[in-house]
Amino acid sequence: MIRARPFWYLLGVSMLLGGCTSDVQSVMNPSSLQAVQIAEVAWFLFGLGTFVLVLVIVTLLLAIRGPLRIRQAVARESTVIWLGITFPAVTLTVLLVYGVWVTRSHLNLPHGGSTVSIEVVGEQWWWRVMYHAPAGPQIASANEIRVPVGSPVTLKLKAADVIHSFWVPSLGGKVDMIPGRTTQLQLTVDRPGVYRGQCAEYCGGPHALMAMDVIAMSSSDYAAWLQRAAGVPATPETDIGLHGRSIFLAAGCGACHTVRGTAAAGLVGPDLTHIGARRSVGIDTLPLTRENLMRFIVDGQHVKPGNLMPEFRVLQPQQLEALALYLLSLKAAD
Amino acid sequence: MVDATSHPNTLPRPSEELAELEAIWASPRGWRIVTDVNNTVIGLFYTATAVLFFLLAGILALLMRLQLAVPSNTFLSQEAYNQIFTMHGTVMMFLFAVPVVEAMGILLLPQMLGARDLPFPRLGAYAFWAYLVGGLIFFSTLFFDLAPSGGWFMYPPLTSSQFSPGPGADFWLLGIGFIEISAIAGAIEIIVGVLRTRAPGMTLDQMPMFAWTMLIFAGMIVFAFPAVILATLLLELERAFDWPFFIAARGGDALLWQHLFWFFGHPEVYIIFLPAAGMVSMIVPTMCGTPLVGYRLIVVALIATGFFSFGLWVHHMFTTGIPALSLSFFSAASMAVALPSGIQVFAWIATIASGRLRWTTPSLFVLGFLLIFSLGGLTGVMVAMVPFDWQAHDTYFVVAHLHYVLVGGMVFPLFAAFYYWAPAFSRLALSERLGKWIFWLMFAGFNVAFFPMHLTGLMGMPRRVYTYPAVMQWDVLNMISTIGAFLLAAGIAMFLFDTIRSLRPAMSKTAGNIWGAATLEWLPNNVYGLRSIPAVTSAYPLWHHPQLAREIEDGRHFLPGSITGLRETIVTSPFDATPQYLLRLPGPGWTPLFAAVLTAAFFMLLTVKAVVLALICGLLGIAMTVVWMWGTDLKPLPSVDIGANLKLPTYANGSLSHAWWAMIVLLLVAGSLYLSYVFSYLYLWTVSPQVWPRLSALVPIAYPIVSALLLVFGSATLEIARRVLPGRSRGSGAFVGLAGLAAAALTGALVIDVFAQWRAGLRPESDAHGAMVYMAAFLQGQLALAVLAMTGFAIARSFAGRLDRKRRVVFDNLGLLYHYTVGQGLLGLLLVHGFPRLAG
Repeated sequence: MIRARPFWYLLGVSMLLGGCTSDVQSVMNPSSLQAVQIAEVAWFLFGLGTFVLVLVIVTLLLAIRGPLRIRQAVARESTVIWLGITFPAVTLTVLLVYGVWVTRSHLNLPHGGSTVSIEVVGEQWWWRVMYHAPAGPQIASANEIRVPVGSPVTLKLKAADVIHSFWVPSLGGKVDMIPGRTTQLQLTVDRPGVYRGQCAEYCGGPHALMAMDVIAMSSSDYAAWLQRAAGVPATPETDIGLHGRSIFLAAGCGACHTVRGTAAAGLVGPDLTHIGARRSVGIDTLPLTRENLMRFIVDGQHVKPGNLMPEFRVLQPQQLEALALYLLSLKAAD
Repeated sequence: MVDATSHPNTLPRPSEELAELEAIWASPRGWRIVTDVNNTVIGLFYTATAVLFFLLAGILALLMRLQLAVPSNTFLSQEAYNQIFTMHGTVMMFLFAVPVVEAMGILLLPQMLGARDLPFPRLGAYAFWAYLVGGLIFFSTLFFDLAPSGGWFMYPPLTSSQFSPGPGADFWLLGIGFIEISAIAGAIEIIVGVLRTRAPGMTLDQMPMFAWTMLIFAGMIVFAFPAVILATLLLELERAFDWPFFIAARGGDALLWQHLFWFFGHPEVYIIFLPAAGMVSMIVPTMCGTPLVGYRLIVVALIATGFFSFGLWVHHMFTTGIPALSLSFFSAASMAVALPSGIQVFAWIATIASGRLRWTTPSLFVLGFLLIFSLGGLTGVMVAMVPFDWQAHDTYFVVAHLHYVLVGGMVFPLFAAFYYWAPAFSRLALSERLGKWIFWLMFAGFNVAFFPMHLTGLMGMPRRVYTYPAVMQWDVLNMISTIGAFLLAAGIAMFLFDTIRSLRPAMSKTAGNIWGAATLEWLPNNVYGLRSIPAVTSAYPLWHHPQLAREIEDGRHFLPGSITGLRETIVTSPFDATPQYLLRLPGPGWTPLFAAVLTAAFFMLLTVKAVVLALICGLLGIAMTVVWMWGTDLKPLPSVDIGANLKLPTYANGSLSHAWWAMIVLLLVAGSLYLSYVFSYLYLWTVSPQVWPRLSALVPIAYPIVSALLLVFGSATLEIARRVLPGRSRGSGAFVGLAGLAAAALTGALVIDVFAQWRAGLRPESDAHGAMVYMAAFLQGQLALAVLAMTGFAIARSFAGRLDRKRRVVFDNLGLLYHYTVGQGLLGLLLVHGFPRLAG
């Protein structure tokens, strides 16, 4: 199995760039069955590419400055045929067979065993996530995808408006999300962790900010989480929390957002049922804190320019704080 | 018949012959130079304009590099950045890369082939002016915040009216559509020029490699550009009239655009690269003082590249969820296209080995090209591997790859070409000393800018992001790229300085053959090309025949002056270059310029929905074209002697005529457009068969049968009209009646079909099937309009005594267009009425 470090040392050092590489969202830091396989392909290609480039450079140098006998050999038309046709034809055939083999192994559905299936919908400019628990309700979430480690996960990918592309480099290749179609991606994550991804097909406006996290957890943790997530958050226990809920409902948040167990059932924006348990606000642009929630509600166009949520500048500071506290309280009861 | 050692004409030449030749070809003085149509003048304007767009798009690139130099930068706003990257790609591809190659072709080909000019000088001038005016208007949308922001490949639904309501996308669709028309005009000119105006005896296997690449380049434009023209038409119709070609909810499909766009877009890469490779194949032999190794292998490689490049467009769509079998096929095709490039690279290396490379600036740029292009080709093989592409696609790895291929494969050879050919068109050569500085700055700058992008891409940076958070740690690599970009820019700025300092364009008394090159463009040239045109018997005539320059200047070879008192060139046969007739060429005039400005105005006014003004400009533009065309097809004169008792006719009709060839190429364009349409129709059916009608909802079969009969009747009628073309007399009632009847039959067939569909309740907005049915009528309607206009024109000429049994090129071309239109109409009826019956 190939890990990231040697790659970066090799290329990084060769470029005198040591220390400036990053594994946050890296193809060469693979953490799934599929990504590992692709990283192996990449290594093979880099090796082969370097070899061919060196071959071209050496031949060129010999052609310019080499001894007469070698230059005469290089100048022959048969050399052109050997180096320009035969050698690449053989190499490319080998590559092709290798590529086709890996491609098929990625596209074929795993045999037997139940796979986890999660639906992800690309929207301008966030990710709608739907879990289909074996028995029970559909659970909606946004910008955060939880998956179990070690078992095959099938992501069903759709688009609500324009084309997006689902890409978490450490977990595998990207797959486009196209209106009117359902595409899919198979992943088998091999260790727990948080893997960042972002939209890879330009989708207008703040495309650059359309990021997400995939959180891989052990199968038992995942099962427990799924059960919690199916629940409805408890009614706020504090006055300020109750105040926040009334503001949430009165300000019209429910026209776009859903909080299960309340009158808020909007489907336009992200489901907020368990937002208090998520890691970030404004699709990964800010960590989830009370201040950042308040900032996003009144000043969202600065945090994430172009996003489709209007700024609620009419809210008074106390109202805003109550609202933020209410949202933070939205977690599954343990 | 032709022999290099013989001298077709005797000395001394009549004293006034040269002065007369110079007077006939003289460019208008002062600002009236804009009316000139000569290839050297237009070629220089054209190249300068393309370089201007290169600089403008380069400045946009620097702005982007500044924005990305540090994380969370606010130098550019999101919308500004999105417009700028869209414009950078669009301008570089459509307003620089293709035009500059076409410009170099127009500038170099006649000189290289021993022609006095290209066969359609006014078409070349039109193509240039349309490009200049359209391009400038298109670029200036940036200054009004109206520029498109959908990326250079403009994927719907992002570019649909729902998600891009502003006029930016319309500017792209109409502006680029228009500039593509200009590119096609240039391609027709180049194909006919290369095939029919070579010097006597210059067989295809002695033709300079640059001419081969330009021929293949132009041929690829003919087959590739119609796909994107159709795509822009479909999207514009969807935006303007809600015909749902790409809207999934009504049976359209977003991927249809991708198929059409990349069916154009991938060949486009080779369209850009092949002529650059041709330039390298000219420069390397000169700099090494030895013939090119593997001439025939290279020609085969070029043709293979052209051929393969149409079979790998899907490799831009590996991540769209297409089935494994298609993935494997297109992966194989994408790898196969590396073979012809391999042949060329090793053929150039072999040529270098067989001679002695001189360390000149052109040589340096060629070596830089070899290194950069090889690396770009290797990363190309990497992204042809499907699993690797799933990761690399749409990341900075691909940004690096495409710049290695395009800048390495095209810009470096172009700079080599600038330094190499400058002495042929300028009193002074460019500076060798500065040139070497420029090369090293550009070479270092390019690699510093673009090599790190391979890494940023693998580290997960997608392309087209206007910013990134610091936590990604992409900042150091991005800063290095930005520094490299400015180094590259410094090299280009120094090049500008060198051009301003040294480039003194001149029609005669240029610096000349300072490299000891072997091809005809290095003979003493004037605005009329060569004083006299030699018979060519080798691929390197100047090396094999050292006295050639002298003899040509003395006027000892063919056509040492003007025989008819007009601009002239010799038309030769396409394979062996046997002289066939003397073509009289038009001189300066306002019509191409005005026609181009008015067509540009038509398209741009349409974009801003000024329909009435647009129509006025359109009609005036057509009027200009009529004035222009009125002066074509000159009266036949007696045969003339061009030397060595070689008698050439001064007139040709039928398939001998150069105009017939141009029409055939134009019909190939129309045919490609229509085949793209047929593909689109069938493709949407495979995606959404549910919107195709049941048998009961179809138009009764009688209607299409009547339409088809009318079409066949029309074709027959036009052939009878050919029989009754007037002899020498003016106008003939029978001819006018029959030609008019044929035009009416064609129009009638279309009207009946549209009427029947409408009456059956079919509407273009309702679903993808309806939109496709009316699209067939739209495409047929365009041609019907052209047939109507040409019929009227032919009738008018017959009344004016300008159309008769011999002087009938206008009618020949009307006939070609007419029969093609009938064929397309019949295919359309079969598809629209037959296919649903077959499939239903």
